[in-house]
Amino acid sequence: MHFSSFTDFLAMGGYGFFVWLSFGITYLLLAGLIAVSVFQQKQFKQQLKATIAREHRVKQYQEQSI
Amino acid sequence: MFKWLDPYAKSETLYHFCGVLLPYLMISSVLLLLLGNIWGLAFTPPDYQQGDSYRIIHIHVPSAIMSMGAYAFMASAAFVALVWQIKVAHWAVMAIAPIGAVYTAIALITGMAWGKPMWGAWWVWDARLTSELILLFLYLGVIALNGAFSDRQVGAKVSSLLTLVGVINLPIIHFSVEWWNTLHQGASITKFARPSIDPSMLWPLLISILAFAVLLGALTCLRLRTAILVNEQHRPWVRKLVGG
Repeated sequence: MHFSSFTDFLAMGGYGFFVWLSFGITYLLLAGLIAVSVFQQKQFKQQLKATIAREHRVKQYQEQSI
Repeated sequence: MFKWLDPYAKSETLYHFCGVLLPYLMISSVLLLLLGNIWGLAFTPPDYQQGDSYRIIHIHVPSAIMSMGAYAFMASAAFVALVWQIKVAHWAVMAIAPIGAVYTAIALITGMAWGKPMWGAWWVWDARLTSELILLFLYLGVIALNGAFSDRQVGAKVSSLLTLVGVINLPIIHFSVEWWNTLHQGASITKFARPSIDPSMLWPLLISILAFAVLLGALTCLRLRTAILVNEQHRPWVRKLVGG
């Protein structure tokens, strides 16, 4: 451990603002990208599932009416 | 080799292959990033000139190197897509582009936060910074161009072409610190000589670079899977997979 205390660690020798700004934005952007990518896939799967179910219902209805 | 690679051009095989890789890549990238960053932030000595501000290097350099790595990766896929007309390769281009854009944005933002205390300015129109900014515009351009045509085939072709043309920017970024007078410091590890950085600082940096590379792989797998589903949604295997 290079720093003597946690306050020291946060201060980063006076550069705390710049160091934590960099790391904060990096993690935020990476987490955001992962979250968006996961969400897009989930959303599309749900959409497609609904479409398939609807098509299935329409088909059933058509078969009944014949 | 092509016989061995051929089945992976088939979207269903690729979808499942990516699905197998994804959890390993994702978990190892997060662990590597935590290891590299905690090591770099807390367990390395400060720089003799820049004090503790240099610790930004542990995300700035990995994101910058991998923003270029992602572009090279994307350009290889674009080449395959154009030459062999493999659709999956174009979907890979479009899967990688947003990842590269985010990496480039991270490199630029962390560079600004490092430049302010060291150079006294958030931004200067210097060769390295400008060429990296152009890389960001290339990524955004590829994404925009892909969606700009009513005929998706044309959009795919044109965006792959732009990707290939943009490759010229990679050597410009890399050598910008040698070709022009610049505020930006020279390369410390990506050169044909011993790294000009102390081993105690080099190891966590290499781990963080690896973390960004593995994360690029993980996100590509994830996004490519989505792209395959979207583009193959009328195929029976997707219908069975999602609907069944």
